[in-house]
Amino acid sequence: MNDKERWQENYRALQERQSNFVTVSSVPIAPLYTPQDSAGTNYERDLGYPGSYPYTRGIHANMYRGRLWTMRQFAGFGSAQESNERYKFLLSQGQTGLSVAFDMPTIMGYDSDHLRAYGEVGRVGVAIDSLQDMERLFQDIALDRVSTSMTINAPAAILWAMYIVAAEKKGIPSYKLTGTIQNDILKEYIAQKSWIFPPEPSLRLITDIFKYAKEHVPKWNTVSISGYHIREAGATALQELAFTLADGFAYVEAGIKVGLDVDDFVPRLSFFFNAHMDVFEEIAKYRAARRIWARHMKEKYGAKKPESLLLRFHTQTAGCSLTAQQPENNIVRTAYEALAAVLGGTQSLHTNSMDEVLALPTEKAVQIALRTQQILAYESGVANTIDPLAGSYFVESLTDQMEKGAEDYFCRIEEMGGVLAAIEQNFFQQEIADAAFRYQQEIERHERIIVGVNEFTKEEKVGIDLLKIGPETEKAQVGRVQELKRTRDNAQVRSALAELERTAKGSDNLIPKIMSAVRAYATEGEIIGVLKTVFGEYREQAVY
Amino acid sequence: MSQSRIRVLVGKPGLDGHDRGAKVIARALRDAGMEVIYSGLHQTPEEIVEAAIQEDVDVIGLSILSGAHLTIFPRVKELLREQEAEDILLIGGGTIPEEDVEVLLRQGFAEALFTPGTPTGEIVGWIKQRLEKKGPEPARAND
Repeated sequence: MNDKERWQENYRALQERQSNFVTVSSVPIAPLYTPQDSAGTNYERDLGYPGSYPYTRGIHANMYRGRLWTMRQFAGFGSAQESNERYKFLLSQGQTGLSVAFDMPTIMGYDSDHLRAYGEVGRVGVAIDSLQDMERLFQDIALDRVSTSMTINAPAAILWAMYIVAAEKKGIPSYKLTGTIQNDILKEYIAQKSWIFPPEPSLRLITDIFKYAKEHVPKWNTVSISGYHIREAGATALQELAFTLADGFAYVEAGIKVGLDVDDFVPRLSFFFNAHMDVFEEIAKYRAARRIWARHMKEKYGAKKPESLLLRFHTQTAGCSLTAQQPENNIVRTAYEALAAVLGGTQSLHTNSMDEVLALPTEKAVQIALRTQQILAYESGVANTIDPLAGSYFVESLTDQMEKGAEDYFCRIEEMGGVLAAIEQNFFQQEIADAAFRYQQEIERHERIIVGVNEFTKEEKVGIDLLKIGPETEKAQVGRVQELKRTRDNAQVRSALAELERTAKGSDNLIPKIMSAVRAYATEGEIIGVLKTVFGEYREQAVY
Repeated sequence: MSQSRIRVLVGKPGLDGHDRGAKVIARALRDAGMEVIYSGLHQTPEEIVEAAIQEDVDVIGLSILSGAHLTIFPRVKELLREQEAEDILLIGGGTIPEEDVEVLLRQGFAEALFTPGTPTGEIVGWIKQRLEKKGPEPARAND
């Protein structure tokens, strides 16, 4: 009997405190990992050095010893003017990047005075109807000196055009602009559901952005390929990883199909992942993501530039892991999740506030969330060395398992005819709904303990203050957009929209035409309206 | 048409796409033997009430995570009254702060609200119990 067998015998003789041990994604975990579990791993081939292929250990040679991750808290509310004041305050505090949250009508392409916008204007983000609002949003902000991230998808081309034109009116040429538009429509069909047009014309808008950015806005990140929302909708860590990278490959293929060279647009693609509660599973996910992306870009798509191989990513802690019960406990949850993101080598991080399960966060809750990152960065010591968990039998084994599992999903998706075909067949949607339901059942059957929800509960009133947003913002914004529609040069608007419609029916790049309409102060809703008449609207066949 | 199975419309009003909860509830109610109709996303109160009447449901369950609960519940109630369909039970869930839950229940804009963390079995139990109390459906001429 060797030592391992002796340990196995000893282990079996002892009792386990529960019948099975699984990750937050229901993946079984062994009691012990040994060199045998990572025996197939070849250091040079599978891990390598930070900043070198296949980038498992990080995309920079120095990682956080050079510069810490960017602490980028997402914010926006009410009118453009209110958000502008908040941004100027944040910049005066030393923040160098802005992250804009839009309200739901802006995200869905409705003007504030549309019937469907009723009650939702300025509520979960800032309301932007036209160039006029975009100019107000960035009034007195030097757009050549800040990088701006905009969380906008279906109407991304329009908001991006407004940003470029707003800068142009300040005398800042587009090649100087830096920032990100989320612009990831595939995950909308899969999980977040903020779609407008059907997939084909949506992808055309994205490849038009690739082409325009290459010529005119070369420093802009054109898509932030997002797993965050896929995970929030209920996916497992592996599904988040596999579906997000599959979306990424679909964008790469869409760019190649319209004649672009991979090295001309892939370096501007970035990623956005979730950080859920299972610390090691999350770390393995990020490490596997970097390796898979680098391998596919190099071996399958023939990328030559090193920047095309780098999976750069932003992370946000898991909103879906927070509980309405005993909300202060969410501070602790968020801290563990942030730890996983940092140990996984994230480039930037948003930490959720404890009260977000109940309402938009208060200033105090946001401050605690930011302090959580600062404590991690400056006190915990986790940023002192690069990829500290490499070589752990457990983490390397989980990383390999993630990569294999993702490759299996890629094969299944390819067999279905690719990402678009899989969306049409409701493949992703059903996988996610099944995982979400299984997770809920595990909680109800008490197989999974959530502190304060199904164990360690307490009858109590929620004792924290919540942010309230009044109806005045909506009324004022509706007034502004209606006033604009009366006072602008409407003949010019009509002619720009007619030109846009002609282009939409053909195959020329839409971005210059959208910019002309924006310059004439056509509203977002009007531009979307024209595109809807040509492209149609997406309808979902919901599965659950 | 058989009236033996409880019919529920799970409605998702508003422009947001947070449908995880709505879908989990829809599936739990279906597994509990109810007839479930899921409205799909981005529905207006008018569309929800129209679907509820057309589908002849016993219960409407609204899932709201956009913060618009204080406008949507009263509006759906009002439409049900206008359509003389007040016998349809109106319940809901989502990110609704406790004090707003109290306001909505006290003013009769909802019969019950189930906030995050509620076991699905509790919702199933509530619906079954309420509809039993209501008694059997009166016979209808065209049944």
